[in-house]
Amino acid sequence: MNFLDLIWLIPLFPLFGAAAMLLLGKRLDPQPASAVALAPGVEPATDGHGHGHAPALDPHHQAAHGHGPKTRWLISLLCPGMVLASFLLSVAAVAQLASKAGHVHETVPYTWIAGLPFHMADGAAARFTIDFGFLLDPLSSVMILVVTGVAFLIHVYSTGYMAHDGGYYRFFGYLNLFVFFMLMLVLANNYALLFVGWEGVGLCSYLLIGFYFHKKSAGDAGNKAFIVNRIGDAAFILGMLLMFATLGSVRFLDVNARLAGMPVEAGFGVLSLMALLLFAGATGKSAQFPLYVWLPDAMEGPTPVSALIHAATMVTAGVYMVARSGALFSLTPETSLIVAAVGGFTAILAASIALAQNDIKRVLAYSTVSQLGYMFMAAGVGAYWVAIFHLYTHAFFKALLFLGSGSVIHAMSGEQDMRRMGGLKDKIPTTFKTMFVGSVAIAGIPGLAGFFSKDEILWQVWSSPGGSKALYLVGLVTAALTAFYMWRLMFMTFYGQPRMDEKTAAHIHESPPAMTVPLTILAAGSVLGGWIGVPKLWSAFPDIFRIFEHWLAPVFAHGHAGGEHAAAHHDASIEWLLMGLSVAVAVGGIAFAYHRYGKRPYQPVEAKGLHKVLLNKWYVDEIYGFLFIDGLAKGGGRALARFDQRVVDGGVNGAGWFTRFSGIVSSWWDTWIVDGAVRLTSFLVKMSSYPVRVIQTGSVQTYALVFVFGVALLLVYYRML
Amino acid sequence: MTDTLFFYSFALLTLAGAVLTITRRSAVHSAIWLIVSLLGVAGLFLLQHAEFLFAVQIILYIGGIMVLFLFVIMLVNLDLAARQARFNKAWWLALACGAAVGAEILYFLHRGAGAFRLGATGAAPAAAGTGNVEQLADVLFSEYLVPFEVASILLLAAIVGSVIMAKKRV
Amino acid sequence: MFHPITPAHYLVLSAALLTIGTLGVLSRRNIVVILMSIELILNAVNINLIAFSRLHGQVTGQVFAIFVITVAVAEAAVGLGLLIALFRNKETVLADEIDLLKW
Repeated sequence: MNFLDLIWLIPLFPLFGAAAMLLLGKRLDPQPASAVALAPGVEPATDGHGHGHAPALDPHHQAAHGHGPKTRWLISLLCPGMVLASFLLSVAAVAQLASKAGHVHETVPYTWIAGLPFHMADGAAARFTIDFGFLLDPLSSVMILVVTGVAFLIHVYSTGYMAHDGGYYRFFGYLNLFVFFMLMLVLANNYALLFVGWEGVGLCSYLLIGFYFHKKSAGDAGNKAFIVNRIGDAAFILGMLLMFATLGSVRFLDVNARLAGMPVEAGFGVLSLMALLLFAGATGKSAQFPLYVWLPDAMEGPTPVSALIHAATMVTAGVYMVARSGALFSLTPETSLIVAAVGGFTAILAASIALAQNDIKRVLAYSTVSQLGYMFMAAGVGAYWVAIFHLYTHAFFKALLFLGSGSVIHAMSGEQDMRRMGGLKDKIPTTFKTMFVGSVAIAGIPGLAGFFSKDEILWQVWSSPGGSKALYLVGLVTAALTAFYMWRLMFMTFYGQPRMDEKTAAHIHESPPAMTVPLTILAAGSVLGGWIGVPKLWSAFPDIFRIFEHWLAPVFAHGHAGGEHAAAHHDASIEWLLMGLSVAVAVGGIAFAYHRYGKRPYQPVEAKGLHKVLLNKWYVDEIYGFLFIDGLAKGGGRALARFDQRVVDGGVNGAGWFTRFSGIVSSWWDTWIVDGAVRLTSFLVKMSSYPVRVIQTGSVQTYALVFVFGVALLLVYYRML
Repeated sequence: MTDTLFFYSFALLTLAGAVLTITRRSAVHSAIWLIVSLLGVAGLFLLQHAEFLFAVQIILYIGGIMVLFLFVIMLVNLDLAARQARFNKAWWLALACGAAVGAEILYFLHRGAGAFRLGATGAAPAAAGTGNVEQLADVLFSEYLVPFEVASILLLAAIVGSVIMAKKRV
Repeated sequence: MFHPITPAHYLVLSAALLTIGTLGVLSRRNIVVILMSIELILNAVNINLIAFSRLHGQVTGQVFAIFVITVAVAEAAVGLGLLIALFRNKETVLADEIDLLKW
């Protein structure tokens, strides 16, 4: 059976699930919305899970506490099942791809826009074609496996997590829809279809963030995510159109073929602009500075959403797109430098904010932003396969951490504030163990997945001709911060004395297997997943352990990739040194966290100075609010209102005034000039009549005199002249 | 020589009478002087061998028209008028225009003197045997019959008109 | 002084009489005198006609003079009738006092 020709089915399975939910969902599970009470004074740290912080205020508490109607199991079976089907098909297809020569398979089931002729920027004629086409090559194969695999685990987890909630069918419908769009994104064979998926995942993100739409904060967060994304998308569209105008096509293989013949661009030219616009789109989607502000707010959505969308898949779409455009980025060192710099800056910025956050999900959200920064750093210096490698390992441990935090929140009856946690490690052991593994992985302890990918990134940043030592330093410091804040989280949550109230404490329970099994699987992945990307330095290991790089090599062999080649003429000793340094830094971070949070009981401190700044996220949201919302939007609105009032209405009023004025002028004209002319005529006639009427004496003699006078004249004229 | 003498006498009579006619204050005096002037004209007719007209002039003009004038002068009360100004306000302009016309006519006469052989003395009438009256009658009732009849109608109209004019109530 | 009398003399005389008559018509206020001046003019014309009749040896001029006299008669009669009617209405025989058509 030729699975390669069936790759178009991979996205279609979850689409079918979503359609089923749209059409039948309500009948299978009539409770449409989550039963969240809008109690005034509900604290922001409260999870919209269905258990309010003060359960007594929740009128639907009793109803929501059950497990829903009897037909819910159909949904629980169908939707994860669809994703599982996609996963299995993906595995089969990838297996067949591996045996195919060239490792590239493209199928075009349908042409969307067929060959509209147009002229490119340099005048050459081209045809504007967009296909519904799917491309399976090593890069997209990695992506589909990651997406479907992690998505399946999260679907299973959600059957447990969302069991107490209303809106069950809606949730799974949206999740399936999201998987569909994500798969479209990664399987597309051209930028336009990728963009369809890109927009689609943005839409699903909005729908899922605002899942608890009764809460204003959730709706606002959904809006924020969509709007900020949109800004990036505008740049993406521009980049795509520029690509059309310059290269004549947006199909990946065509673009790569055309770019292969071009020289590296000196300075900032058309290609650099194109790459920069595409990267700007990625900035929005993958939450880099300055468009990262939506990601922390996105934690308003249910925790599985945070895990799937904002850790494992959607946010990685930007990285995937940059890697896919590797041929373009390797030709544009200016833009690549910008990519790396933005990535590095975002990484350290987000890590610094994560240090001071008290909401467990916020810490993880900023951690995601920071790790995405790492991925862009790698892509910026030309090490595209390393970026994808980090994407892959990050999917494991971040999803694990998010799901684990969801489990914690579930156990804590909705509490998300770490200051009120503590001493949970014995009460929810599976959750604790799996999160332990995840935290160690993200810190970069050797042997676990995070170490291999992060270390490789740091090495590439140091040694690649596109990288710089300063950037390495940024990455190193971020690694330290990462270890620190992750273990701060661990210590505050699981260790020490319990700081929660009695009622919550009594309620603590381990999560059901639906939730713990995916956690375990992801923990295993975090441990073992990294071993397919062992560094070359560890020459003791045979090449089979480096299969990830080799598998992806043909995709990134554009001939200009600076990444690997430069590494050759650096000392192995430096590499060992740097490796040791990164491990030391990780261990140091953990140790320092232990010193601050593990050894002594947690004491809440008033946030002052730098702590306060970090707690308030460097006031970036406030700055945006001031600049763009108050300044641009409201200020613009006010300016426009003033314009409308003064200029437009002024114009109308002026027109009215002018009409009236011209009426006055007109009447004056009529009275004095027109009537004046008439009166002047009569006046002239009257005046001229005065001398003339003298002639009318009435006396016949005068008339006779005139006769004679005339005769005299006539005689002169006719006879004497 | 006698021709000359008589001519100048009659001419003087005519012109003097005319001038006096138009300058008298009293209308009756003007009428009388007009009669004198007409007599002079009649004399001039006679000198030109127009005997019939000489007679007609006296009988008709003086005996008819001037008598009529005198009757009318008596009818209308001219005493008041006699006390008032004789000439109208623009008499100087009338004088100037009239004089101009007269001068022009004289100028024409001077210019055209040769054309009409005005220097020649008058020729005798053609037929010697017939008298002036016969000649006139000859022509009047043959060649100029129509004007003659028309003239009679004109006179009829004048008679009727003047009667109506003078009636108190039409 | 004793040069022969040519028709030119008569013409000059006629012209003079005409002028005098015109002056009378134009300058006298009394309507009766105006009518008399008109008679003078007509007579001047008659003199002219007779002179030419004599010059050409034809009698046509005289016939014409007869008609002139005829017309003069008619005109004088009608004119005087008008004067009487006017006098009855206006109580005046002065031409410049009859100015109903004055502006």
